[in-house]
Amino acid sequence: MANLKNKNLISISDYNKQDYLEILKLAAEFEENPRQEILKDKVVASIFFEPSTRTRLSFESAASMLGAKVIGFANPAATSQAKGESLHDTIKMLSSYSDIIVMRHSIEGAARYAAEVSTVPLINAGDGSNQHPTQCMLDLYSILKTQGTLENLQITLVGDLKYGRTVHSLVEAMCHFNATFHLVSPTALKLPSAVKMHIKRAKLKYYQYTNISDAVSVSDIIYMTRVQRERFSDPLDYEKVKDSCIIDASTLEGCQENMRVLHPLPRLNEIAVDVDKTPYAYYFQQARNGVYVRQALMSAILGLR
Amino acid sequence: MTTINKRELIVSAIENGTVIDHIPVNTVLMVLNILGLNNYEDEVLIGINLDSKKYGKKGIIKVRGKYFQQHDLNKIALVAPDATLIVIKNYEVVEKKSVQIPDKIDEILKCINPNCITNKEAIKTKFTVIGKDPLKIQCHYCEKSMTNIRFAE
Ligand SMILES: [Zn+2]
Repeated sequence: MANLKNKNLISISDYNKQDYLEILKLAAEFEENPRQEILKDKVVASIFFEPSTRTRLSFESAASMLGAKVIGFANPAATSQAKGESLHDTIKMLSSYSDIIVMRHSIEGAARYAAEVSTVPLINAGDGSNQHPTQCMLDLYSILKTQGTLENLQITLVGDLKYGRTVHSLVEAMCHFNATFHLVSPTALKLPSAVKMHIKRAKLKYYQYTNISDAVSVSDIIYMTRVQRERFSDPLDYEKVKDSCIIDASTLEGCQENMRVLHPLPRLNEIAVDVDKTPYAYYFQQARNGVYVRQALMSAILGLR
Repeated sequence: MTTINKRELIVSAIENGTVIDHIPVNTVLMVLNILGLNNYEDEVLIGINLDSKKYGKKGIIKVRGKYFQQHDLNKIALVAPDATLIVIKNYEVVEKKSVQIPDKIDEILKCINPNCITNKEAIKTKFTVIGKDPLKIQCHYCEKSMTNIRFAE
């Protein structure tokens, strides 16, 4: 996979269809054999300017299982940035200590900028509301694993489609695979037109709904996201719509057998716990898949696979 | 010079340099800024509210002893899309050109996203033009697209 060597991963659009497929193939190899010492002499800088325990542990466990040393910080208060050092200087310093940087930051564009400053490759682990490409890669991997293919699927996206960056990235990525999209959201939280443009440009179809039960029977994948109360200026509006984008086991009656429910986690009430026991629940395995995908990315970017 | 009318006189009154004509009256100062002429050491003549058959009132800038790269001139297309550039050598008009909105715009614009890294650290902005009519640009860093254009101070 020489083409990904030293290539930053900042945005899902940095990679093409071939790149996705190669990473997913490699992730499947790591799932078979997740403990290999292939990063034994490597130092991974895991720097989280904004706390995200889930993503950080996934990256750090991926790196550790491959034998890498992990340095960095999990808490912005501990950093010299908290003391006023610029991102530029922090990255300059860190790139002389490490072979690859994994960075999370609360400011949009911080990852693209850090990659320009860094002398070693950088993986974006989330930059504000902008991009979180490794989440998207693990979503793709989960879809591939559960459906056996990424091509020609019926993808249903539920919840906050307006602000949810994971949804936007997933739509963009699935446009490479001839998907049909079913978009379920409160009217105020519809998919932005800029994201719909990706679907139109790929000459694919999308359908919009306000209630999840209308889309269950057609779906191969139901991708759930949380609808946050804070997105509504009037709390009454939230009360009116909050039940239209949640599922329990009875909502899923009549779904196709191959259908699986995904969620980027953490979930609140949008997936009732009685769904966990159904064969359709896949969100916990989905999170575990993140480790293999991150192993694949780090090894490919470091040129070791 | 053969038949000299008043308009041509205004245009050719410098020996060597560039005349930027047909600038909207309210963006003449922005054009100066974009081309970095506020710190230029040689003569710069500015005309505002000149009569124009085509545009009613217009602005004009004459810069002595300076020729611009098309790349730099294109930046002014953002505020003066109908501008005409006249290259003068030895009092003669040697070339006339128009401006085109470029595909990439560096430095001169400001990202409208307050949480963009370019508004937090001293970074030169970069934008990709994703639509020309109406103008729509996308920030290279935060990836937000925007239709309202703001100039860096
Ligand atoms: Zn920006």
